[in-house]
Amino acid sequence: MTLNGWMQIALYGALVLALVKPLGLYMTRVFNGERTLLSPLLAPVERGLYRASGIDSAQEQTWLGYAGAMIVFNLLGFVLLYALLRLQAVLPLNPADQAAVAPDLAFNTATSFVTNTNWQSYGGETTLSYLSQMLGLTHQNFVSAASGIAVAVALIRGFSRASSRTLGSFWVDLTRATLYVLLPACMVLTLVLVSQGMPQTLRPSVEAITLEGARQTIAVGPVASQVAIKMLGTNGGGFFNANAAHPFENPTALSNLLQMVAIFAIGAALTNVFGRMVGDERQGWAILAAMGVLFVAGVAVTYWAEANAHGVLAQLGLTGGNMEGKEVRFGIAASALFAVITTAASCGAVNAMHDSFTALGGLVPLLNMQLGEVIVGGVGAGLYGMLVFVVVAIFVAGLMVGRTPEYLGKKIEAREVKMAMLGILCLPLMMLGFTALATVLPAGLAGPANAGPHGFSEILYAYSSAAANNGSAFGGLTANTPFYNATLAVAMLVGRFFVKIPVLAIAGSLARKPTLPASAGTFPTHGGLFVGLLVGVVLIIGGLTFFPSLALGPLVEHFAGAAGQTFAAGG
Amino acid sequence: MPSQFRPALVLLVALTALTGLAYPLAMTGLAGAIFPARAAGSLIERDGRIVGSRLIGQAFTGAGYFHGRPSATTAPDPADAGRTVPSPYNAANSAGSNLGPTSASLAERVKADLAALGAETPGRPIPVDLVTTSGSGLDPDISPDAALFQVPRVARARNLPEDRLRALVAGQVEGRTLGLLGEPRVNVLALNLALDDLAGR
Repeated sequence: MTLNGWMQIALYGALVLALVKPLGLYMTRVFNGERTLLSPLLAPVERGLYRASGIDSAQEQTWLGYAGAMIVFNLLGFVLLYALLRLQAVLPLNPADQAAVAPDLAFNTATSFVTNTNWQSYGGETTLSYLSQMLGLTHQNFVSAASGIAVAVALIRGFSRASSRTLGSFWVDLTRATLYVLLPACMVLTLVLVSQGMPQTLRPSVEAITLEGARQTIAVGPVASQVAIKMLGTNGGGFFNANAAHPFENPTALSNLLQMVAIFAIGAALTNVFGRMVGDERQGWAILAAMGVLFVAGVAVTYWAEANAHGVLAQLGLTGGNMEGKEVRFGIAASALFAVITTAASCGAVNAMHDSFTALGGLVPLLNMQLGEVIVGGVGAGLYGMLVFVVVAIFVAGLMVGRTPEYLGKKIEAREVKMAMLGILCLPLMMLGFTALATVLPAGLAGPANAGPHGFSEILYAYSSAAANNGSAFGGLTANTPFYNATLAVAMLVGRFFVKIPVLAIAGSLARKPTLPASAGTFPTHGGLFVGLLVGVVLIIGGLTFFPSLALGPLVEHFAGAAGQTFAAGG
Repeated sequence: MPSQFRPALVLLVALTALTGLAYPLAMTGLAGAIFPARAAGSLIERDGRIVGSRLIGQAFTGAGYFHGRPSATTAPDPADAGRTVPSPYNAANSAGSNLGPTSASLAERVKADLAALGAETPGRPIPVDLVTTSGSGLDPDISPDAALFQVPRVARARNLPEDRLRALVAGQVEGRTLGLLGEPRVNVLALNLALDDLAGR
C-alpha cells in the first residue's frame, strides 16, 4: 500500500461526498414535481409522453397499482429485448454480421438487463450487433435504472406521507428519472469519456497492419454512450467482453475516476433525497454514514490484500502486488477501489478481473454482494435495500428496550418486519441454494475453470452476483450453458422482484399510518448509536448467513495459498 | 392491470426511441464533430496505413521491439470452431486469464515466463507486469521498469547503445494524471514507433 494509493481513494471519497447535497436537492425537486433548471427544455417532452400514452400525471397509485405498473412495464421490456436479440441477424446496424443470439443466451441476457443485473453471459464484441447494443442494452440500462429509482422514491413517500393510500405514480417517477436525471447526466458524461479516448462510432471494426506486419482486427462501436449509462445507472454490462478493463471502455486513469464517481453518484445522493423528503436531512446522512463505514472497511481489506502478492506470485518471489488480471494504467489501488465500489453498488462493471484477485481481495466483493448491496447500492435498490435493514434494526432496538419500534414517527409492526425479512431471505435462498445445486450436478460442475476452493468460489460468486443483481463475475466460470443461463436468470428475477415487491408493500403499509410526534422515549435515528446498530445488523445477518460458504471458498484458498498449495484443473 | 397496458406499451416504445436511438445517435454525431480522432478509436497511421490504435496493445514478438505484457486473449480454432486457441492481443475478443491465485496453470505460465526473461536478460529483477496478463488482454502499457528491463535485449538486436534507448524510454514515460491518478506507464506502440524513428527503421 502506498500513500499515493490512499490519496487516490481519499480524493474519490471527497468527490462523491461533494455531489451528495447538490444532486440530492435536484432529485428531490424532480420527484416532488417542482420546477428545475431543465424544466423549460424537458417539461414539453414530458407532457408529450404522458399525452401519447394516456397517462394522467396527477393520478396516483396504491402500492399494488404501483407494483403492477412496474411489472407490466418490465415484462414488455423483456419481450422487446428478447425479440431484438433473436432477430438481430436480419435487423440493420450489424456491420460484423453477428448471428441471432441463441434462445437460452437471449433469455439470460434479456432477464439480466431488465433486472438491472447485466450479467455477461454474452461476449459483447463477439455476440451483439450495434443495434442490439443501442436499442436493446442501452435502452434497458436507462429504464431498469429508472424503475429502481422509482421504487426507492415510492418507499421514501411511504415514510414521509401520513394516512395516505397512494405512493405516487410509477409512470411519472419512471419518466422523470429518465428524462431529468439519467439522460442529461449521460450526455455530459459521454462527451467527457470520448475526450479521454473512448470510441463513439457506427463504423465497423478497424483492420490494422502492425509494425511487424501482423494483422490486427480492432473492434470499435458506439461505446461511450452505453458506458455513460452503464455507470450512472449502476448497470455494469460491458460493450466489450473485458468490460471496463478494456482500454476502449476505460482509456485513462481520469476516465476510471469519473466512472467510479458515476457509479456512486446517484445512489449516494438518494440518501439525501430521503432526508429531505422526510423533513430531516440528518436521517439521510446517518444512512450514508453506515454505508460509508462498511465501504471504507472493504476498501482497506481489498487494497491491502491486492498490494501484497499471495499464493503463486508470492511463491515465485514476485513483488509489486498482484498484477494478474489488472491494467498498468490503473495499478493496484485504483483496481482494488473499483472492485469494492462496483460490488458495493450493484454495478458489476469491472476494471480488473476479480477471478484473479487474491483470495481475501476477492472475498470482499463477494461479501459486498451477499450483504444485499446496501453500501450505496444500485440506483434506488441500494437505498431501499438499506431501509429494509433499517426496519429490522429498529425492530431489534425495540425488542431490546421493550417498546413498540418506531422510525420517523411510523410504528414498525408485524407486517413491515415480515415483509422486510421476506426481502432479506430471498437473497441467501437464491445464492446458497443454487450454489449447492450446481456443486452436485454435472452440468454445474462443468462450469468452473479453476480447481479446488477457487472453483467453488467461482460458482458462489456467480449466484451471489445474479441474485444481488450485480453482474460482475469470476469470469473463469463457463456460464453460457443452458444450465447456468437458466438458473442464473431465475436468481436474477427473484433477487430483483422478490425484493422490490415486499419493499412496495412496506411503503404502502407505512403510508397508511399516521405520523406520531417524537417523544422523550423515541430512539433517535440520526446519531452514532443508530449508525452502529445498523452496521451491526447488516454484518450479523450477512455474517451468520454467509460465513460457512465463505469459509469453504476464499478462506480455504487463502490458507492453502499461504501453505504453498496449488490446484491443477482437470486433475 | 389491463389499464396499465397502454401506458406501459407507449412509454416503452417512446423511451426506447429516445434512449436507444436518439441518444446514442446524437452522441455519435456530437462526438464525431468535437473529437473525431478519439471517437474513431485513436488510430495511428504511418505512411498512410493504419498500424494500430494508441489505446490497444499489440503482440510484439521480435527482439528488436519492446514487448507488451503477456495476453490471455483467444480466437476460434480454424480447425474446430467449437474450440479456441491462444491469440495474444486479439482486439476483437478481449479477455483476461481468469486464473486464480492458487492455480497450477498460473504457476506454470509465470515460471516459464520468468525463465525466458531471465535467460534473455540475466541478473536483473523481473517486473511483475511482464509476467502477468492484463484484465483485457489488450493492455497498451507497461511500467517504466518493464520498459527499462528490455533495453539490453533491444539494444543488442538493433545495435544501438543502451544509453540512447534508456533516454528514449524516459522520454516516453507518462506520469500519473494530475500527479495523482493511476500509475506511471509507457505506451508500447508509441515507444516502438519512436524506436523505429530513432533507428531509421
